[in-house]
Amino acid sequence: MTISVAVPSRDSLGARLRGQLRNLAPLVTLVALVALFSSTSPSFATLANLSNVLQQVSITAIIAVGLTYVILCAEIDLSVASVANATGILVAFLTVQDASVNIPNLPLPGALAIAGGLLGCLALGAVTAFGVTRIGIPSFIMTLAMLQIGNGICALLVRGQIAYSVPPVLLTLGAGSIGPVPWIVVVAALVLLAGHLVLTYTRFGRYIYMVGGNREAAEHSGVGVKAVVGAALLICALCSGVAGMLGVAYFGSAQQNQFDNYLLDAISAVVVGGTSLFGGQGGIGNTIVGLLVLGVLNNGLDHVRMDSFLKILIRGLVLLLALVVNVYAQRLRAKYRSAV
Amino acid sequence: MGGPLLELRGISKRFAGVAALSGVDFSLRAGEVHGLVGENGAGKSTLMKIIAGVHAEYEGEMRLDGRPVHFRSARDARDAGIGMVHQELSTVPELSVAENVLLGAQPTRMGVVSWRRMRAQAQQQLDAFGIHVDPRVPVGSLPLGLQQMVELARVLLSGARIIILDEPTSALSPPEVERLFALLARLRDTGRSTVFISHFLDDVLRVSDEVTVFRNGHLVESARAAVVDKPWLIERMVGAGHERLGESHAGNMLLGERSNAPVVLEAEALAVPGLFEDVSLAVRAGEILGIYGFMGSGQLELARALSGKLPLGGGVVRVDGRTARLRGGTPAAKRAGIAFVPESRRAMLFALEPVYRNISIAILERIGRILLRPREERRIAEGHVQSLGIRPPLVDRPVGQLSGGNQQKVALARWLTHLPRVLLLSEPTRGMDVGAKDDVVRIVRGLRDAGIGIVVVSSEPETVLSLADRILVMRRGAVTREFAGETVSKDRLLAAA
Repeated sequence: MTISVAVPSRDSLGARLRGQLRNLAPLVTLVALVALFSSTSPSFATLANLSNVLQQVSITAIIAVGLTYVILCAEIDLSVASVANATGILVAFLTVQDASVNIPNLPLPGALAIAGGLLGCLALGAVTAFGVTRIGIPSFIMTLAMLQIGNGICALLVRGQIAYSVPPVLLTLGAGSIGPVPWIVVVAALVLLAGHLVLTYTRFGRYIYMVGGNREAAEHSGVGVKAVVGAALLICALCSGVAGMLGVAYFGSAQQNQFDNYLLDAISAVVVGGTSLFGGQGGIGNTIVGLLVLGVLNNGLDHVRMDSFLKILIRGLVLLLALVVNVYAQRLRAKYRSAV
Repeated sequence: MGGPLLELRGISKRFAGVAALSGVDFSLRAGEVHGLVGENGAGKSTLMKIIAGVHAEYEGEMRLDGRPVHFRSARDARDAGIGMVHQELSTVPELSVAENVLLGAQPTRMGVVSWRRMRAQAQQQLDAFGIHVDPRVPVGSLPLGLQQMVELARVLLSGARIIILDEPTSALSPPEVERLFALLARLRDTGRSTVFISHFLDDVLRVSDEVTVFRNGHLVESARAAVVDKPWLIERMVGAGHERLGESHAGNMLLGERSNAPVVLEAEALAVPGLFEDVSLAVRAGEILGIYGFMGSGQLELARALSGKLPLGGGVVRVDGRTARLRGGTPAAKRAGIAFVPESRRAMLFALEPVYRNISIAILERIGRILLRPREERRIAEGHVQSLGIRPPLVDRPVGQLSGGNQQKVALARWLTHLPRVLLLSEPTRGMDVGAKDDVVRIVRGLRDAGIGIVVVSSEPETVLSLADRILVMRRGAVTREFAGETVSKDRLLAAA
C-alpha cells in the first residue's frame, strides 16, 4: 500500500531561498536603501530622522493594514483614500468649527462625532461588501465607484471650504506625542500589531489566507467565502476611516482631495512588501517592510538633495520592480500548483 | 464506391511515455458515417485529433485520396478538408450566429465588414443544411443543440469533406438528437464523410454505416453497423474480462443486501435546468450509493447541487429527516451534515499550504471558535497521515508536492475527524495508480462501516462497481435504472446507461 514518492528530505538552500523570494527581496531592498542613504547623507541615520520616517508612514500604515486583508483575499480596494477623506471630513463636519469656517455643519460632542465617523466608514464598507459579495460586482469596479462616492460625500460636506477642528482625542492621537514618540506612530504600531495577530492566530485570519489561496477549495471545505470577503472589505473601510480621522488631526485641516496620494502609497506598501496580488501569500510583516521601504525611499531622497521631480519617477520604478518580483515569485510558487 | 477517402496505417501515439494508441489501422470511405466507440481513454479522441491536425507528433502514415499527408496543425487539416467539432464548443457566445458561421471569413467591402452579405451568406449556409435559426441572434442565447449546429455549419462552410464529431449527443435533448441525425443523413447524401464518437451505443448503431471499437489504445474490430448489436459492441469494449488483469471488478459484482438502516439523505424531485430533472434518491446509514452515467449525464452536477455549490432549480433535500436549506451554499450544506469531495484536486486543495492546514480547514471551528490551535491541528493531521498512509508523512509539507493519490487522501482526511452525516464523492479514484485506488476504496468502506451515508458519482464503471452497495444509472439528466441486491457487471451497467 505504500507509494514511494521521491521527495528529498530537505530542499536545497537555493530552492529554499527562491521559495522565500517574496519575503527576502523587500527586506534586502530595505537594508540596501538604508545603507545607501546612511553612507551618502550624514543627516539620514539619526534618531530624529527615524522618528520622521515612522511618522511619515503612519497614516499609510493604518490604511495598508486593511488593504492587506483585502489583497490577501485576492480582491482590491481602490476606495481606501476616498473613504479616509470622507470619514475625516465627516468627523470635522460633526465638530464645532471656528466662526471663520463657513460650513453649515452639525456639531456634536466629541465622542458622538467619532462614533459618527466610524459608523460612516463602516456604512461605506458595507455598501462595498454588499456590491462585491451579494451582487457580484468585481471589487476593482465596485471600489472604483466607491472612490467616486466618497469623493462626492467630501465635496458635499465641505463645499470647497476647509475645516480645522476635530475632537480633542483625535487631535492628541493624530498630532500629539508621548515624550519623543508621536502618538500617531503608536496608534499605527497598535493597528499593525492587531492586524497581524488576527491574521496569524485567529480562525478568521486563516480563512482569509485560504480564500485567497484557492477560493473554490475554500468553498468546498464549507467556508463562507462571501462572509470572509465581505468582512475583509469592512475591515479595510474601518482602517481607512480611522486613518482618515487621525489624518485630519495630523494635517491640521479637513479638505477635499487631501488623501489622494494615500491610495497609491497604501497599495505600493502592500505590494512592495511582497504580499501576493493573486491572494493567499504575504501578511502584515510584509506590509511593514513595504511601508519602511517606501518611507525610507521618500525620506532618503530628500536627504541626498535629489531633484524632487525625479523622485516621482524613482518611486514609479521601485513599484514596477516590486511588481516584477511579485509576479516572478508567484510563478516560482506556481510550480507546486502545477503538480496538483 | 472506390478506395478509402482517408486511410491510416500503423498509427501510434505516446503521451509522456504512456501509449495512447498502438499500431492502429483505420480507414474512412467517402459518404460514410463511421461510429467510434470505446471507454474513456481507449484512444478514439486521440486518433481523431491526429486526423484533425491537433496532435502533430505521431508514428505511422496517413493517406488522403491515396496521397500521403502529415498535418502540422488544425489549419493544415482544415485546408485539406477535415473539420472537427469538439466536445467543448468553440463558438463565441456573444457574437451573432452569422458572425460565428463566417468567423475568420467575413465578407468585406473595401476592408469593411459587409453585414448584409454576411447575414445572407450565413442564412444560405444554414438553409442548405436545414438548420432553422435566425442568423442575427447571439449564439449564446441558443440551446446547446443549435449552438452545435452553428459550429457544424462553420466547419462545413470551411469546405470540410470529412467532419469529425466528438460526443455530439451527450448533452442534447432527444429532439435535438433527432435534428442532428437528420443533418448527418443530409451530409451523407452530399457525399461528405462523418466520424461520430459517442458513448451512446444506441445512437451510434442507429446513425452509423460502419462502427469501430477501441480498447486500451488498440483498434479492436470494425464492422457494418447493420450486422452488429449493442452486446456485440460492449463485449469488445470491455474485453470480456480476461485481458484486463489487475482490473479486479471487470467481472460480475454482487451488490449488498437491501439495507433497513435509517435513511440519512433523502432527495426529492431535484432539478437544475439544463443539467438534470426530477432526480429522487435516498441513502441509508452505512450505505454507499453509486451513481453512474456517461460524461455529461448530470451525475457530477447532481453531486455539486447536493453540496450547495450549484444552486438547485427545484426539489427538497433532507438529512436525517430535516430539510437542508442548501440555498445558503456550501456552509449551509456543511451545517446540515453534507460534505463534498469534488472530482478536481485543484478545486479541493490549497496547493501552497501545508498538509495539516489542508486537513484542518473543514473543522477549524471545532478546534477553536476564535483562536487557532496549530498544535492541535498538527496532532489531528499527524493521526490521519499515519492511519491513511500518506507519503511522505510530513504534515508541514505543501500539499502540492504530494502525488495524486496522496492528495486525494488528504482531501478525504478533511472529513474524517468529525464525521459528516453524508459524504459526496465525485470521481474519487480518477487518475490514480492501482495502489492508491485500493487505499481510497478501503478508506471509503471504512467510513461506510462507521455508519455514514455515502454517494459516489462517476463516469467510470469500475469506480462505481468497486465501491457501491447500490447503483443508480443516469442518462441525459435523469435516473433511468437502479441496481440493488443483485449481481451487476460492467456490460450491464454500460447497457443501462
